[in-house]
Amino acid sequence: MRVTDIKNPDYFHKVVDCQWACPAHTPVPEYIRLIAAGRYADAYMVNWKSNVFPGILGRTCDRPCEPACRRGRVEEDNQAKPEPVAICRLKRVAADFKGDDMKGRMPKPAAKKNGRKIACVGAGPASLTVARDLAPLGYQVTVFDQDPRAGGMIWSQIPRFRLPEEVIDEEVGYILDLGVEFRGGVKIDSMKKLIAQGYDAIFIGSGAPRGRDLEIPGRKAAANNIHIGIDWLSSVSFGHTTKIGKRVIVLGGGNTAMDCCRTSKRIGGGDVKVIVRSGFEEMKASPWEKEDAQHEGIPILNFLVPKAFLHANGKLTGMSFEKVKAVYDDKGKRSLVPTGEPEQTFECDDVLVAVGQENAFPWIEKDAGIEFDQWGLPVLDKATLQSSARNVFFGGDAAFGPKNIIWAVAHGHDAAISIDKLLNAEDLRERPAPSVNLLSQKMGIHEWSYDNEIAGDARYKVPWRDIKLTLKNVKAEVELGFDVATAWKEAQRCLNCDVQTVFASKLCIECDACVDICPMDCISFVANGEESELRARLNAPAKNLTQDLYLQDGLKTGRVMVKDEDVCLHCGLCAERCPTGAWDMQKFLLEMTDAGPGCRSRERKAA
Amino acid sequence: MTYVLKPKLHHPMLAKNKLGFTRRDYEGKVSTLCAGCGHDSISAALIQAFFQLDIQPHRVAKLSGIGCSSKTPDYFLGNSHGFNTVHGRMPSVLTGANLANRDLIYLGVSGDGDSASIGLGQFAHVMRRGVNMTYILENNGVYGLTKGQFSATADKGSKAKKGMVNADAAVDTVSLALLMGATFVARSFSGDKQQLTPLVEAAIWHQGAAFIDVISPCVAFNNHPGSTKSYDYVREHNEAVNRLDFWPSRDAITVDYSEGGVIEVPQHDGSIIKLRKLDAEYDPSDKINAITHIAQAAAKGEVLTGLLYLAPDAEDLHQHLNTFEAPFNRLGEKELCPGSALLDKINAGLR
Ligand SMILES: Cc1cc2nc3c(=O)[nH]c(=O)nc-3n(C[C@H](O)[C@H](O)[C@H](O)COP(=O)(O)OP(=O)(O)OC[C@H]3O[C@@H](n4cnc5c(N)ncnc54)[C@H](O)[C@@H]3O)c2cc1C
Ligand SMILES: Cc1ncc(C[n+]2csc(CCOP(=O)(O)OP(=O)(O)O)c2C)c(N)n1
Ligand code: SF4
Ligand code: SF4
Ligand code: SF4
Ligand SMILES: [Mg+2]
Repeated sequence: MRVTDIKNPDYFHKVVDCQWACPAHTPVPEYIRLIAAGRYADAYMVNWKSNVFPGILGRTCDRPCEPACRRGRVEEDNQAKPEPVAICRLKRVAADFKGDDMKGRMPKPAAKKNGRKIACVGAGPASLTVARDLAPLGYQVTVFDQDPRAGGMIWSQIPRFRLPEEVIDEEVGYILDLGVEFRGGVKIDSMKKLIAQGYDAIFIGSGAPRGRDLEIPGRKAAANNIHIGIDWLSSVSFGHTTKIGKRVIVLGGGNTAMDCCRTSKRIGGGDVKVIVRSGFEEMKASPWEKEDAQHEGIPILNFLVPKAFLHANGKLTGMSFEKVKAVYDDKGKRSLVPTGEPEQTFECDDVLVAVGQENAFPWIEKDAGIEFDQWGLPVLDKATLQSSARNVFFGGDAAFGPKNIIWAVAHGHDAAISIDKLLNAEDLRERPAPSVNLLSQKMGIHEWSYDNEIAGDARYKVPWRDIKLTLKNVKAEVELGFDVATAWKEAQRCLNCDVQTVFASKLCIECDACVDICPMDCISFVANGEESELRARLNAPAKNLTQDLYLQDGLKTGRVMVKDEDVCLHCGLCAERCPTGAWDMQKFLLEMTDAGPGCRSRERKAA
Repeated sequence: MTYVLKPKLHHPMLAKNKLGFTRRDYEGKVSTLCAGCGHDSISAALIQAFFQLDIQPHRVAKLSGIGCSSKTPDYFLGNSHGFNTVHGRMPSVLTGANLANRDLIYLGVSGDGDSASIGLGQFAHVMRRGVNMTYILENNGVYGLTKGQFSATADKGSKAKKGMVNADAAVDTVSLALLMGATFVARSFSGDKQQLTPLVEAAIWHQGAAFIDVISPCVAFNNHPGSTKSYDYVREHNEAVNRLDFWPSRDAITVDYSEGGVIEVPQHDGSIIKLRKLDAEYDPSDKINAITHIAQAAAKGEVLTGLLYLAPDAEDLHQHLNTFEAPFNRLGEKELCPGSALLDKINAGLR
C-alpha cells in the first residue's frame, strides 16, 4: 500500500466525518468546542459562514453529519444504544444563546456596487445563499418569489411547531439586510422576459413545487376532501387552511407525510393515521420524524397499497387498500407482491396525498436556450451548476430534484462562486481549494490545548414541551432545545475528530508505547502489503472500508506504521506516551472558500 | 488538559475469551513509567498472554521486588493478587506463597538490579528448588528507578548515558538459571511481542521453574549509542533460535513447517509444545548444547533469543517435598488435627 499523502486536504478532511458528510462542510468540532467554552456567538458565526441558517438548520436539518459521526461507531459494543453526537441540536444551542448583538458581526452591505446585476428566482435557501455570498461583494441581487415572504419551503412547508416564525425572520433578515432586494408576490412567468431584462447572471432556485397526485378510482368524485400534501401544508402555513376533518388518512412515508399527519392532529384531526406502501423500515422519513409522529399518537400502517377512494353522495367516506409483502430477488431487488388477503378499508373524512414531489418549470419556454433532460430536469454541469445558457445557473431542489435545506445552501455557495468567476472572466471549472490550517495542540508533556478527556455519557435527549399544549396549538414549538448545562455535557461527547494524529517516522524508535496505550487498537507496526490484505492483519481488523488507513514508511526495522482512522478517539494518548514526539496532535481547520477574491485564480496568483 | 486516564471505550470488534473477558479486562492502572519504557510493552504481552489462556484473574498472584520493573504488576491484571516485597526478596516470598497455596498461578516480576545485583542469591535458590512459577526478568542493564547506575547485567565495555564505561563482567541470568536447574529458560525482547507473548504463555503452562529474561530498553537512561540494551542494539544483534506458536495440544503435528522443521517437546501433563526451528543446529531439549550455544553467541556479540531450554521431565518443589495436595486455606480441622492415635504413632517413631 502507498504512503499516505497528508498534504492532500481531503485526507484529514475525511477523518472529520461530520464535516466531510456536511454538504456545506461546516467545521463541526470547532463549533462544538466553542459551545463547550460558552462562546455561543462565535459558534454561531462559524456555522453562519458555512451553512447560513444555523437557527433554522439547528431545528430542521436532515443532518447527514450524524449518521457519519464517529461517536456512533465508537459506542458500538460499548453503549446500550450507540448514538452520534447531537450535532444538529448543538447548532441550535449556538443560535439560542448567542445573544442579541449579532448585527455587528455580520458583513456590511457593500459600500460600492460593482455594477453587476443578478436575478434569483425563488426565495428559498438556495437563492438566499447566492444572495448572501454575492451582495457583500458589490453585486446587485434581486430575489423574486411568488409568495409574499422570503424563505421558500422553509416558510411554506415546514410547520411552525418545528420551526418558529421568529427564527426564519431573523436569519432571512440577516441576508436581506446585506442590501439584497426582495420582490415578494412576484411570479416569474416567462424566462425569456426575465432574460430580456439584461441581468448579468440568473440563478434559478425555484424548488420542486409540484406534489404528485394519486390517480385511482374515486379521485375525481371525492376531490373536495382529497388534498395534495405540500399545497395543503403551505395553505396552513399562510393561514388559509385552519381545520381538517376528524378522521384523516395521510398517504406516503416521507417528510411531507410526517408534517401532514402532525399538522392534522393539531387542527382538528382526532383519528389520524399514516398509511404507506412500503415497509416501516424503508420509509423515506428520518427515524426521528417517525418517532415524533408515533409519540403524538399517530399510528403508521405499512405494506398497504391504495386501491380506491370510497365515496357516497359526492363525499369521501374512506379508502380501500391491498395488503402486500416485500419479496427480494437474487440481486436483492425488492418488489411488493399482494399477499392475497382481502382488501382492507379505512373510514375517513379527509385524505392528504404526500406521495412525492416533482420539478416543474412551466414558465421556462422551450426556446429560452435552456436544455432539459428526459426527466424534465435542467442539463447542468455538476460542479459549476451552469446550465446550457452560460449565465443561467440552477441550485437547490430545482437542480437535481427534491433534497433538503443544507444541500440547497451548498448549491448556493457553488453557484455564487460560478457567477463570481464568470463575471470576472475566469474558468468556472477551476474550483477554489479550501483553506487548511494544521496546528500542533501540544502545550506541555501531558498538556494539550484541547480537552482530550473522553466522556462516557450516552446521548442526551432534547426536552419537549408538554404534549397537551403542543397538540392544541399548531404554532407551539415542540422541542425546547438543550439548556446550557445539558449542552455542555452533550458537547463533551464530541471526540474532536479534527484534532489529528500526525506521525513522523523519523522520530519513531518503534518502542510500541503508542500501540500498547491506544484504547481502540488503532495503531499497528507491520510489514507492508496490499491494502485489502493489510487490513486483515492489523492489531484490530480494519473492516470499515469507508475509513482510510494512514500509512507511513521510513522506520528502521523496515516495517510500516499503519493507523486505522475508523474508531480513533482522538484522545492523544498515543502522543502522550510517545517518548520521542513521533506522534503529535494537530488541529486541522478546513474552511471552504466562498465567492469573492479568494475564489478567483488570477487574483490568488497575484497575491 | 492534564494527564487523562485511559478511556474505558474499546474497539467494537474486540475479541472475548472463553470466560467472556476482553483483553482490556486484564489491564491494570495506567502506567507511571517513562513513556516508551520497554517494561510497558512487557506488561502488554503479559496481558495478552493471560487473556489468551482464558485465565481467571483472581487465580493469579503477582509478586515483585523493587524497581521500575517491579512496579509494573500495578499496570496489568488489576483483579489479581499482588505482593511487593523488599528489594531482591521476591523469590523467597513467592516460594512461601507457593508452598501455602499451590493452586494459584505464580508470576514473579523483577529487574536486573533486583535479581542479579541485590537478589542474586535468592534468584539462584528459587531456580534450584524448581518452584512452579513464571519468573519475568525485565532486563535493562541499569537501575532505572534510581536513575540509571549500571546493574550487574550491564555488559563489560558498554557505555552509560554520560559516557562512563562499565568495567565489570556481566551476570548472564539465562546461563545462571540453566545451571541452577530452571526447567524452562527463554530470552526475548520487549520490542518483539510476537516472540514474547507465546513464550509467556508457554511459561505459564509449564509446571516448574520457568524463567524469561526479557531485554527491555530503558528509554530514559540506557537507550543511547554505546549501550548494549538499547532498541537499536538489540534489534541489530538479535539472533532468534526458534519461534514458538504456543498452543497446548495432545495431537500429533498436522502443520508442516518445511523450513527448518519443527521440534516437539512433550510435557508432563501429556501436552506437547511445538517449536519452529530458525537455527537448524539448536535443540532446546539438550541442556549442555544450550549452554554452549549461549556462550558462543555471547562471544560473537549476539543476543540469543527464543526458547533456549525446555526440560522434558520437569518437576516442581511440591513433588520434591512430597507435600499435601490441598492448599493450606482449604485444610480443615480433620486434616490439621489427625487425632491422638496418629500423634502417638509419630512420637513412637521418634523415640
Ligand atoms: C413538507 C416538507 C417538509 C420539509 N422539511 C424539511 C426539513 O425538515 N429539513 C430540510 O432540510 N428540508 C426539508 N424539506 C425540504 C426543503 O424544504 C427543500 O429541500 C428546500 O427548501 C429547497 O430549497 P430551494 O432553495 O431549492 O427552494 P424552495 O425552498 O423550494 O423555494 C423555492 C421558492 O421558489 C418560489 N418559486 C417557484 N417558482 C417560482 C416562479 N416562477 N416565480 C417566483 N417564485 C417561484 C416558490 O414559491 C418557493 O418559495 C421539506 C420539504 C417539504 C415539502
Ligand atoms: C534494600 C534496598 N537497597 C537499595 C534500594 C534502592 N533501589 C531502588 S530500585 C533499585 C534498583 C532497581 O533496579 P532494577 O531491578 O534493574 O529495576 P529497573 O528500575 O531498572 O526496572 C535500587 C538499587 C532499595 N530500594 N532497597
Ligand atoms: S488518539 Fe491515539 S491513542 Fe487515542 S484512540 Fe487515537 S490512535 Fe489511539
Ligand atoms: S510511542 Fe512513539 S516512538 Fe514509540 S512506537 Fe509509537 S510512535 Fe514510535
Ligand atoms: S527510568 Fe527507565 S526503567 Fe524506569 S520507567 Fe523510565 S524508562 Fe523505564
Ligand atoms: Mg533494571
